Amino acid sequence: MAGVRLDKPWIPLTDENVARLAGELGVYQLADSEGRIVRIGYAGGRSLFGLRGELRAALAAGEAARFRTEVTSQYLSRYEELLMVHKADFGDLPAGNEADSRRRLGRLSPG
Amino acid sequence: MDFEMTEEQALIVEQVRRFVREEIVTLEAKLDPDASRLEPEDQARLVAMTREMGLYGLGIPPEFGGPEIDIVTHTLIAMETSQHRAGLYSPCFGAFGGAGLAQLFEANDLQKERYLFPMLRGEKRGFFGLTEPSGGSDPARAIRTKAVRDGDDWVINGSKIFISGADVADFGIVFARTDASKGRGGVTCFIVDADTPGFHVRRVVHTLRSGHYGTELQFEDARVPDANVLGKVGGGFAIANDRLTRQRIPYAAGCIGVAIKAQAMCVDYAKQRETFGAALSTRQAIQWMVVDNEIDIRTSRWATLAAACKAARGEPYRAEAAMAKLLASEGASRVVDRAIQIHGGYGVTKDFPFERWYREMRIRRIGEGPSEVQRIVMARELFDQALY
Repeated sequence: MAGVRLDKPWIPLTDENVARLAGELGVYQLADSEGRIVRIGYAGGRSLFGLRGELRAALAAGEAARFRTEVTSQYLSRYEELLMVHKADFGDLPAGNEADSRRRLGRLSPG
Repeated sequence: MDFEMTEEQALIVEQVRRFVREEIVTLEAKLDPDASRLEPEDQARLVAMTREMGLYGLGIPPEFGGPEIDIVTHTLIAMETSQHRAGLYSPCFGAFGGAGLAQLFEANDLQKERYLFPMLRGEKRGFFGLTEPSGGSDPARAIRTKAVRDGDDWVINGSKIFISGADVADFGIVFARTDASKGRGGVTCFIVDADTPGFHVRRVVHTLRSGHYGTELQFEDARVPDANVLGKVGGGFAIANDRLTRQRIPYAAGCIGVAIKAQAMCVDYAKQRETFGAALSTRQAIQWMVVDNEIDIRTSRWATLAAACKAARGEPYRAEAAMAKLLASEGASRVVDRAIQIHGGYGVTKDFPFERWYREMRIRRIGEGPSEVQRIVMARELFDQALY
């Protein structure tokens, strides 16, 4: 069973690091320089170049200083799970996920 | 027996078919290929349309505000509403509503006020908590979650798994063992509020479906008032069983709708795609696959409509519903598999819906009772006995 949280080490959000990413489906987290999560996202079936394309867009927008990814074909349910875990851990969604607060998000007590 | 649609049924089916093609497929084209829901404003617009059509709330008895639609017509509609990419598990993204937890129609007046009516108005959501880590196909024995009477309350301890929607629900119907000495008679059904102390959604259970997940639940001394017993103490098995039988017909119909859509795409593609200088449709290998698809579709459609007709006449239909579920889920799985073969490399891409149907159709052979349990149900009737 995979861990509920995305616990991989943060990677600096740079051209070089983004270029190394595969064009896979999956989820990602963006953080500021202190490691605070600023947005959770996913690379879905309509993403051009998968995770690499999504992170390239985040880099171009200057959204974050660091990132981490997880390749998964269950990107939608994993994305929901990461949002729920963030809410359980910090009481709210990351600032960049404001749009997700419009819909009903599940409650999780991950323990 | 005549499976020709009445004039009214044909009109309704045509209306629903147009709705799927013009509204659902158009919206779906903009979504992620694995998406299972729409933006709230799109959802509200579609619900307003189905209300206008007089078809909102399928499965809700007319006395509770549902449309005057018999089960055969409902089955025909279900064969239409699943004919899109997300249609197998999210037919028309829920625009036609549904009965939700149908067991609540049997609730007492107080329970109806607190749970059923708010659910029908869309103000509350519920979940169905039956399956446990110890099993789901044999609830009479597999249920290990215990409820112990304590004054005016029951104290529940245990766990549930693969439960849909528990994390977003306001309450749930939970089955627990109240008498260890009895098998079927020792299971009771409780209505549990989601804010009950001791009720936890422990984790998301990821599956072959990406746009949907199950959850694992834990009950730690969760205290539920006796007033929240649904039905009678010890009567939970009948409630669970009733739902399983009732669900099998629309469940089968959903599979058939996807198979019909996949087959239509196969025929279109085979006519236009050429190999070695001729259309695929002229190749015997392809023709036979398409013919086998049609046999699977018609066989399961007839069986499902036969079960619906029997239910409409008020006759026992448990074995027929089991046969329909088995034929439709297995037949439609073969149809989708052949559709991928006919479409070649495109068949496995997310540009087409087949790969999603392929993953989700695999679950259909397990959900609502696996094929083996359907065979047990039929065998019981053939031998006129309880085998286990």
